[in-house]
Amino acid sequence: MNTRVLSAIEGFNMTRAFSTLQKYQDINWSKIPGIIFSKLGIPAIAIIIFLLVWGGIASRIHTSLGQLPGPIQVWGQVISLVAEHKAERAKEAAFFVRQEVRNAKTLAANPDAKVKIRPYTGKKTFFDQILTSIITVMTGFIFASLIAIPVGIMCGLSTTIYAALNPLIQTFKPVSPLAWLPIVTIIVSAVYVSNDPMFEKSFVTSAITVMLCCMWPTMINTTVGVSSIDKDLINVSRVLRLGWFTHIIKIVLPSSIPMMFAGLRVSLGIGWMVLIAAEMLAQNPGLGKFVWDEFQNGSSNSLARIMVAVFTIGIIGFLLDLLMLMLQRAVSWDKNAQLR
Amino acid sequence: MNPYLDISQVSIEFPTASGPFKALSDVNLQIGKGEFVTLIGHSGCGKSTVLNIVAGLYQATTGGVILDSKEVNEPGPDRSVVFQNHSLLPWLTAYENVELAVKQVYKGRPKQEVKSWVEHNLALVHMSHAMHKRPSELSGGMKQRVGIARALSMEPKVLLMDEPFGALDALTRAHMQDSLMEIQTRLNNTVIMITHDVDEAVLLSDRIIMMTNGPAATIGEIAEVNLPRPRNRVELAGNEDYNHIRAQVLKFLYERQTKPTENVA
Repeated sequence: MNTRVLSAIEGFNMTRAFSTLQKYQDINWSKIPGIIFSKLGIPAIAIIIFLLVWGGIASRIHTSLGQLPGPIQVWGQVISLVAEHKAERAKEAAFFVRQEVRNAKTLAANPDAKVKIRPYTGKKTFFDQILTSIITVMTGFIFASLIAIPVGIMCGLSTTIYAALNPLIQTFKPVSPLAWLPIVTIIVSAVYVSNDPMFEKSFVTSAITVMLCCMWPTMINTTVGVSSIDKDLINVSRVLRLGWFTHIIKIVLPSSIPMMFAGLRVSLGIGWMVLIAAEMLAQNPGLGKFVWDEFQNGSSNSLARIMVAVFTIGIIGFLLDLLMLMLQRAVSWDKNAQLR
Repeated sequence: MNPYLDISQVSIEFPTASGPFKALSDVNLQIGKGEFVTLIGHSGCGKSTVLNIVAGLYQATTGGVILDSKEVNEPGPDRSVVFQNHSLLPWLTAYENVELAVKQVYKGRPKQEVKSWVEHNLALVHMSHAMHKRPSELSGGMKQRVGIARALSMEPKVLLMDEPFGALDALTRAHMQDSLMEIQTRLNNTVIMITHDVDEAVLLSDRIIMMTNGPAATIGEIAEVNLPRPRNRVELAGNEDYNHIRAQVLKFLYERQTKPTENVA
């Protein structure tokens, strides 16, 4: 009996091994270099051409801050920004070590003494500023979505609500963040008064401006998605007499998710663009402020540092979009849909 | 005795840009409990409109529908519909699609009972093997089976079927018709089914309602089908009564109702 089991296992493995072998045989090895070239080679060549053109043009432009930086100078600033970040972190660690030693001494001399624990108030590094920007944009974006999705669903379900809100939506949609910002700043200064504020005013102002500018695409797309649900599915819901809540959860939301996410991705993209402008003017300590400070600073390194910020902003924007795409894949019921 | 389902003096007008369009005019039909009735007619003659009025999805302009001594005013699970294009929710599995209906109709039933009732209905349409698949993974016939299971699971007073097999190939359709007859012998539902397939109508029905062409369509002729059950399509092919009824329906459809102009009364 044992031998029979063994041979069965062997047979099983044999077939598996054979099918794996066959799979490898199915691969056309002669095509592999071509695939690698088109997936990696072509983008790499394009990037190299871009860098060469950039370097060539930059060397011919002379500004008040010296020659326009090329790729090499910008890379030099990337390294120096990383070094500054590490140095600042080391200083911070040293500060806390000193504080602890001092407090321990005080306590040893007098156990009843009140020790002071002070936060570190050193300057924000480039990476701290990136984090601030991401937190700010996400705050604005999440609040915008929390408003836009329910309003969009209501507009999609009811032609009355749509007729009521559509003129307002269309009017506010094209307004520039720079127009909102003064109003938001003044209102926040007037309303958000507290001796021990949980958030900086500049953070609140920036996040609200982001929210005001990025809720519209989600709202409009959700409306379109909800109002274009297959009529047969609505009839199913009517025959089943689903309550409004079940109707929304089981039918409206799943069928409008693709449109909704298309809107959310546009919204987050707009939010990220708006944020940089808002931070510049509101002085929220993020990437926008970094660019502004370097512009005001006007040292010979400033242009290269701003360019580092430009690339950082671009790459983070790209990553945020990828994040949304992954989220869309996770919640989408149609796993075969082509999402790009 | 009052009929189980009474459609009386039903007319319906749809508003259009060029004034109201009268789709149905004075439709009268009485259906007994457990009767299988098919509506047949050319495309656009208002068969689906009749069905939708019984379902409560449309409101008749004049006249009305009484089911089991109650007037029909709105859609409800006592008149469950099998839609032509199955209309399963694509994000739910076959099981979940039926479960949604069962949970809605039998609120507060214990979980185990819901589960066994869903499974029972899927077994009835021979879909137990694929009940955890999504509609996109099922063939057209299988999707329609799930649609039927969903409608049956609500134990409707009348089952409404809107060209349920219209989108299926001939072999699958024959298979589905056999399944439907088998279910019908077991459950003896009251059924109104729309079709434009003459063979299907004769094979399945107790009565065939032939509709005139629109606009202002109405019932043109009614054929009683008194063939003994269970019916077998192969044996019926040589049956004299079968061929007689078939010829009657064909004549109505292709001689009396070919041109819409002939319909003007």
